[in-house]
Amino acid sequence: MSEANGTLLSVRNLSMFYPVRGGFLQGHRGEVRAVDDVSFDIQAGETLGLVGESGCGKTTTGRCILRVVAPTAGELWYHPREGESVDLARLDTGGLLPWRQEIRMIFQDPFASLNPRLPVLEIVGECLKVNRGLRGSALEERVAELLGLVGLRPEYMRRYPHAFSGGERQRIGIARALALNPRLVVADEAVSALDVSVRSQTLNLLQDLQNEMQLTYLFISHDLSVIRYVCNRVAVMYVGKLVELADTRSLFLTPQHPYTEALLSSVPKPDPRVRSQRIVLEGDVPDPSQPPSGCHFHPRCRYAVDRCAEETPPLRETADGHHVACHLADEIELVGIHG
Amino acid sequence: MPVERQLPAEDLLLEVRDLHVHFPLDEGTVKAVAGVDFDVYRNRTLCVVGESGCGKSVSAQSILQLVDRPGRIVQGQIRFHRHDADGSVTVTDLAALRSSSRALRAIRGRHIGMVFQEPNTSLSPIHTVGNQISEVIQLHLGEDEEAARRRGIEMLERVGIARPAQNYDAYTFELSGGMRQRVMIAMALVCSPALLIADEPTTALDVTTQAQIMSLLQELQADFGMGVMLITHDLGVVAEMADDVVVMYLGQVAEYGDVDRIFHAPAHPYTKALLRSIPNLDFDQDIRLDSIRGMVPDPFHRPVGCPFGPRCDEVIEGRCEAENPPAFSLEEGGSVRCLHYEEVTLS
Repeated sequence: MSEANGTLLSVRNLSMFYPVRGGFLQGHRGEVRAVDDVSFDIQAGETLGLVGESGCGKTTTGRCILRVVAPTAGELWYHPREGESVDLARLDTGGLLPWRQEIRMIFQDPFASLNPRLPVLEIVGECLKVNRGLRGSALEERVAELLGLVGLRPEYMRRYPHAFSGGERQRIGIARALALNPRLVVADEAVSALDVSVRSQTLNLLQDLQNEMQLTYLFISHDLSVIRYVCNRVAVMYVGKLVELADTRSLFLTPQHPYTEALLSSVPKPDPRVRSQRIVLEGDVPDPSQPPSGCHFHPRCRYAVDRCAEETPPLRETADGHHVACHLADEIELVGIHG
Repeated sequence: MPVERQLPAEDLLLEVRDLHVHFPLDEGTVKAVAGVDFDVYRNRTLCVVGESGCGKSVSAQSILQLVDRPGRIVQGQIRFHRHDADGSVTVTDLAALRSSSRALRAIRGRHIGMVFQEPNTSLSPIHTVGNQISEVIQLHLGEDEEAARRRGIEMLERVGIARPAQNYDAYTFELSGGMRQRVMIAMALVCSPALLIADEPTTALDVTTQAQIMSLLQELQADFGMGVMLITHDLGVVAEMADDVVVMYLGQVAEYGDVDRIFHAPAHPYTKALLRSIPNLDFDQDIRLDSIRGMVPDPFHRPVGCPFGPRCDEVIEGRCEAENPPAFSLEEGGSVRCLHYEEVTLS
């Protein structure tokens, strides 16, 4: 693993609310709190995992960092290699241009994220043309190099996406994300659409590339076994809130939030001899436009006390580097993956 | 002793023998299922596992003759054993029936229920939950609307839907993904079928919802004693749910056996590689994941010999490229299609 050398991005009190409109004249009816007051740091060279179930705000957090959307509130302090830190949340389109080359994205669906009418040369090369002004043979050379990097044959650059399998398409998407030598890559469910055997190839590739190019990943996934394998630290989200943040080992072995505990126990273990005692949560993930009072997890939490329904627990540090948002973190013993 | 012989013959529900399903397309014929055999027993769960394109879903669909056009069963038998209340057993070959025939429609939904992957697309958005459940009951059990309603609400309650009476009149888009999958399960089980076929029933769901649905399926199986055929790509789900496992690769059964042997003494090189390539929650981070080199071959260009040959690390030079191995029985039970086990059967 590459070692951490300073903070690359500091997310401070990030919020993203989407208005809910309805009724006569589409009046403002309320808001969906997709991301609600989230703060964390991404260290240079690490892989930070962002995990949670659908609707927890993990993808929206990634989209805010990429500035695909303008966050409702909060700061996104990006620390460049040289010069002053910048708050990405406050920059306009023009101001963002230089930073867009340093923060790139790998998409989930390799079938939807590549334009079927463009050959690979155009798909991977477009950002090189626009940002680096490469043309002709210089462009082809760089695209060939990138394809080689992700394990595809450079001769294939004139082919169209339909000629490639899902795993190969995902490699094209990775080559595109790396074309401009970015520092931070946001990978949103980058391996979720792939089959087991292809998934492991892709995960290994992402790790090799990280070592080779000193990349930092924000790895967004719902799959805890993948998170366990690739991430140095993991942040767990539930209904727009960050509920736990810790290094991977202590999060998996000694979780401190009851939601993390339930999440870990829900993952089916690939061994029929350890058919686990699953903690089956009652009910569904709440609607983020009407989250429960206090701690959003309290209606489904088996440890909840009266206080949990009234007060929202802040994210606090309980052990070295282990942050948790739970009133009872010091009082309850939770079970990790060896439990 | 092979695993088949240990299981009581009177619990046999479904025998699939030498099933072939072909899709004649302009570019050539896709042999989606190329000679598959397996059995499903009462009270047991058979998991069919494999990667996309291995033919696991098409095998399941062909049992109820639901294969999309232009796919059709070109060879093989699907013998369904219907156990009646008086103890008599009727055997029907479903492969020989036409998709729209009366005989097949009497079995589909009545004796064999099916749950699909996407609850969003398999439920009708313009009919209420109640409409869709009571249709099954009225059609197969001949009950009137009142009785169907009572039975439907009871079933919704059984699958863990909150406020079943209100939700009976709800539209499916008013429900969450997990609730919709519960409705699908309620519909599939409302006539107490002997066999439930579930095609990736939890793939579209979150892990905590997946845990709910898996527990529900286990409970319902304990109550109703049905046989379950579960199609999945997730080896974790297989380990939790299966009694018996069929591992498919490129339209064939690579390996068959009970779940413990498949996970702890896998025989086929593909099964071994598949098990090595899954990230486990437990192991250390510096360990690299093993992966299977190459990719699943293009369905129009199947390898001549063993379908897994081009990706296999244990190839026997000169033989695996030429011969497609038959299924050999294993001493520990089950079977495997790999030339490495040839002697085992001969001795």
